[in-house]
Amino acid sequence: MITFILNNKTIKTSENSGMTLLDFARYQQRLTGTKIGCREGDCGACTVLVGTLKNDNVEYQSITSCISPLGNAHGKHIVTVEGTNLQIKLTTAQNAMKSNYATQCGFCTPGFVVALTGFALSNSNHNYENALNAISGNICRCTGYKSIERAANEVVEKLQDKKENTFEWLIQNEFIPDYFKNIPQRLKDIEAKDLDQPKGKYVAGGTDLYVQQADNLIDNSVRLIAEKEYLKGISIKNGSCSIGTNATVSDLWNHSELNSYFPNFKKHLKLVSSEQIRNMASLGGNLVNASPIGDMTIFFLALNSDITVLKPDQSERTLALKDFYQGYKTYDLKEGELLKAISFELPSQQSYFNFEKVSKRTHLDIASVNSAIHISVDNDKISEAHVSVGGVAAIPKYLHETSKFLTGKSLTSKTILEASDILQNEISPISDVRGSSDYKRLLARQLFFAHFTESFPKQFTLNDFVQHA
Amino acid sequence: MHKKKTYTALESKKNEVSNALKKSIRNLDSYTHVRGESLYVDDVNIRQGTFHAVVFNSPKAHGKIKHIDYSKAEALEGVERIFTYKDIPGENQIGGIIADEPLFAEDEVHFWGMPIALIVAESEFIARKARQLIDIEIEDLPVITTAKDAKEKGSFINAPRSFSLGDTEKAFEECDYVFEGETFSNGQEHLYIEAQGAYAEPLENGNIKITSSTQGPTAVQATAARVLGVAMHKIEIDVTRLGGGFGGKEDQATPYAVMTALATYHLNQSVKLILNRHDDLRMTGKRHPYESSYKIGLSKDLKILAYQAEFLQNSGAAADLSPAIAERTLFHATNSYFIPNVSTTVLSCKTNLPPNTAFRGFGGPQGMFVIESAIAKAASEIGVSPREIQEANLLEENDEFYYGQIAKQVEAKNAWHSAKTLFNIEALEKEVEDFNLKNKNFKKGLALMPITFGISFTNTPMNHARALVHIYLDGSVGISTAAVEMGQGVNTKIMQVAAHVFSIPIEKIKIESTNTTRVANTSPSAASATADLNGKATLKACKALLERLKKVASEELNAPEKDIHLKDEFVYVNDKKSTLNWTELISKTMLKRVALTENAHYATPEIHFDKTKEKGHPFAYHVYGTAIVTTTVDCTRGTYEFDSVKIIHDYGKSMSEGIDLGQVEGGLVQGIGWMTLEEIAYNEDGRLLSNALSTYKVPDVFSVPKSIEAIPLETQGHEQAILKSKAVGEPPLMYGIGAYFALQNAIKAFNPNYKLEFHAPMTAEKVLMALYQNP
Repeated sequence: MITFILNNKTIKTSENSGMTLLDFARYQQRLTGTKIGCREGDCGACTVLVGTLKNDNVEYQSITSCISPLGNAHGKHIVTVEGTNLQIKLTTAQNAMKSNYATQCGFCTPGFVVALTGFALSNSNHNYENALNAISGNICRCTGYKSIERAANEVVEKLQDKKENTFEWLIQNEFIPDYFKNIPQRLKDIEAKDLDQPKGKYVAGGTDLYVQQADNLIDNSVRLIAEKEYLKGISIKNGSCSIGTNATVSDLWNHSELNSYFPNFKKHLKLVSSEQIRNMASLGGNLVNASPIGDMTIFFLALNSDITVLKPDQSERTLALKDFYQGYKTYDLKEGELLKAISFELPSQQSYFNFEKVSKRTHLDIASVNSAIHISVDNDKISEAHVSVGGVAAIPKYLHETSKFLTGKSLTSKTILEASDILQNEISPISDVRGSSDYKRLLARQLFFAHFTESFPKQFTLNDFVQHA
Repeated sequence: MHKKKTYTALESKKNEVSNALKKSIRNLDSYTHVRGESLYVDDVNIRQGTFHAVVFNSPKAHGKIKHIDYSKAEALEGVERIFTYKDIPGENQIGGIIADEPLFAEDEVHFWGMPIALIVAESEFIARKARQLIDIEIEDLPVITTAKDAKEKGSFINAPRSFSLGDTEKAFEECDYVFEGETFSNGQEHLYIEAQGAYAEPLENGNIKITSSTQGPTAVQATAARVLGVAMHKIEIDVTRLGGGFGGKEDQATPYAVMTALATYHLNQSVKLILNRHDDLRMTGKRHPYESSYKIGLSKDLKILAYQAEFLQNSGAAADLSPAIAERTLFHATNSYFIPNVSTTVLSCKTNLPPNTAFRGFGGPQGMFVIESAIAKAASEIGVSPREIQEANLLEENDEFYYGQIAKQVEAKNAWHSAKTLFNIEALEKEVEDFNLKNKNFKKGLALMPITFGISFTNTPMNHARALVHIYLDGSVGISTAAVEMGQGVNTKIMQVAAHVFSIPIEKIKIESTNTTRVANTSPSAASATADLNGKATLKACKALLERLKKVASEELNAPEKDIHLKDEFVYVNDKKSTLNWTELISKTMLKRVALTENAHYATPEIHFDKTKEKGHPFAYHVYGTAIVTTTVDCTRGTYEFDSVKIIHDYGKSMSEGIDLGQVEGGLVQGIGWMTLEEIAYNEDGRLLSNALSTYKVPDVFSVPKSIEAIPLETQGHEQAILKSKAVGEPPLMYGIGAYFALQNAIKAFNPNYKLEFHAPMTAEKVLMALYQNP
């Protein structure tokens, strides 16, 4: 029995755990404010909030309900736009949308309202930048966003007085209705036990599986693993890091210690989907999706990561991530095996990490080419280098030859230009909807150069590598 | 000194805008929109026993159907019935302008996604499962995907159209400069967030009511009647609102509504069909891709003396609205410029893509892109800035548009010079220049984009509308018109008209759903003209009622009618407030047995067009404006951002500043999307590759210009605009064309070898390839 609180109502249902949360809310509960735009997490019209009990608090995150399995709501507080409504008055977020003319046809509007409400509920800094991040997964085809930006700005201003993350303040200031204050206790009272898990497809966040094969999941049983504790956690010890595969991209984003090791961590992760998707997408899912352009895969390949695999008999085996991929969408994982964790050496004082991604649209898009580098430099000599690049081969590509070539060389533009030629020999892009093969070759070269201009801005400029200008 | 003055002028204009926005009316649906309580087709409470439908559509772009086996699908539990062309009691025909499009394919399929059958089942999920069980065998026929290919093979929708003025042949001989070239502008997916959908319910006596997400209720009604072989009065269409339309639901909402009606007709049961996004993307037509060629001739002083263009419109597999769209391409082929010798031709090329259809701008943007390309090319060859050519040729009062209309109340130069002065173009250009000198990895580019857009359906007979206004016993008012609300705020404007005439608060007014039983034989909500046409009809109806009310008041207060007026819910006599208030007046009127309902008809005066001569006066008026677009290109990655778009726009006397600004900003961003990141791709077999939101990208919050400033042009408005508030839906889209040329200028600043190409959209791919192009 899946048990959770939907807005102000406790739900006990025996529906398939693989049914989407969207369908349950819209068609079983007639909460039609949650709209269907794309059913692949790309438009945000179906955005809802998920509240998770953490100690005595409930922490809220926005997700796209269209690619979220109902079973993942178990033990949570799910909030649709109706659940944010006050009796008659508009909430602060709603009022900001209305008074700034930020709603035209209205179809995307509930998604924006929920995302902005989630922003108000979140622990993140209530600045304008974060407000935009909160709505980064919401597409509006009418307004051109300027009015929505103005609304977001108004919400930010109204949040400036908020001192603590207390529901009382948000209730008093009309961000949320007052039933929220009872939610922590109600969630505790539910005592949601682990769901009985049938055999079936492993599903974590569902962000890729529900895009690719929703029809095969909604009436079949799924094995939900998003809440499994043994797949969670980020630990840092002696310069190395181990991350459970259930960690979401947002878990990484919010991890302050990780941020200290990767100075541009948020800038890089901002290129990975939208906030809604980052809140759902698990690291393990990104790895086993085996997309040749999986952003996190490319990221961790350059960190020369190892992955730990949990076998059906509960024993474990470890292998290098770069050896995991065997061909297009095939990898070294046997029936019943599960990715447990990924581990890698963190960047040090002498090493530089950079991630690059170019897609048709800069945000919430799949890369044409992405690339990462982790390079250690000692007295202008490259002591170690790992380069990865995506979108240019059947698998997410670790560049063995290029990495090997760089190692031991002096850090000069000549080295980089020579390495760039080797890179070109290692890749074999095809023409598709994300770009022609010529483009991807050029882009791979440019992003390789960008690694050096970004990592060593005093030493290199674009002019050291290319003509013109 | 001069600089400071300009700055102050801009600041004070911006203050005016900001003050107007504080006071301006909000979209009347805002309250329910933000609460998630507004109802769209898929939200309507459905009747018990409602069936759900999914369309089985062609997996090939062109071929002969050899064999279809539905038996496995029909056997699936929960499948009620599968309908094909054989089940059509009337005509299997949905073509609006030309009868060339079947509802369901019979022996041949003509595009990938062409409807073949409707699967009706207990749930959409079951219907979808059943769809996978249908076996179909198609014998391939040759596939045409490009307009050029169609032209070579002689595949056309209809005869070409040509407009002309003067003698281009002769004029070219007299030109100092003549340039020729080719351009391409790709299609564009509407991406209304609410996909196509309809819900049909059986009424008694075989009557059917369809709730449809359509911009054209009458088109749905007439087509349903034709397909079912019943009289139009048996079909009722009701529309509350659309979750976006942009032209995509002008004609192409029809087939899905008709399919639900067909199933309801046979099953005597309610049927709902909401396309999922993938089906919608694959099956529906888009903005037309155009392949065009031009020849432009100029004098030494940069006057364009002659312009010739041939437009190859990729119409898709059936006419849909293509002929009308082609016509508008010709109307706007010279954009904001007066050119004494022009000859243009458009060919609607029949291909194996889904029938392409209306999209904000309706062919106008495609025509404007070509002349702007020609100017950019000429400027580059001559070695001047494009804006010198643009400026030297702007329309003036009493110039003749090359289709015969004499330009009146022209604001082209006014808008252009206001933009230049107010935004200090010299300073902006200097900024770009300085930046480009200093920066090697990033380059900026700037472009100006003037627009002139004609308002009216170019098909003159369509320029009419009706309004039905009831004043109820308690003084509240209900208004029905032909206008369909799709976010453009037309209902709010109509409400304002009534509030203005009666001088009552808007809370007393309700705008009813758009329903064919209340307002019949309507034109679609399109051509930017919906508020003008329906607003004028409402104005007429309200004024007629007002006259009746005044007569009653005059009798009650014993004062001459001419001295009476209504203000703030009271009757005033000679500007003196009487004790008679609105509610009492209505009550008295009722007791006197005077009608409190009025039905008014409005038809745009003066307009006409003679298609045999291709001359006339097709537009009620024109909308003008100028945009300045600035971009920054990352020369390492080929990515770009738009720093700012600064616009002077001709709203006339805006009656709803907030709503109108929303149209300008939204239209601009949609136009930039078309010109930059929205890329539709079909493979050679005619299969859509950009078939999901993961592969077709529209602007998101991060990809829009960092700043958009839109300042109203001070004008008197136009009598034929509703309360002098000019139409605003389509024109701003074309400011987005400036984005293309701003990007080109930035690329040129990095790569002097770059050879100008006019091939939109300018994706990050094209930018990077151009930055490193080395001929």
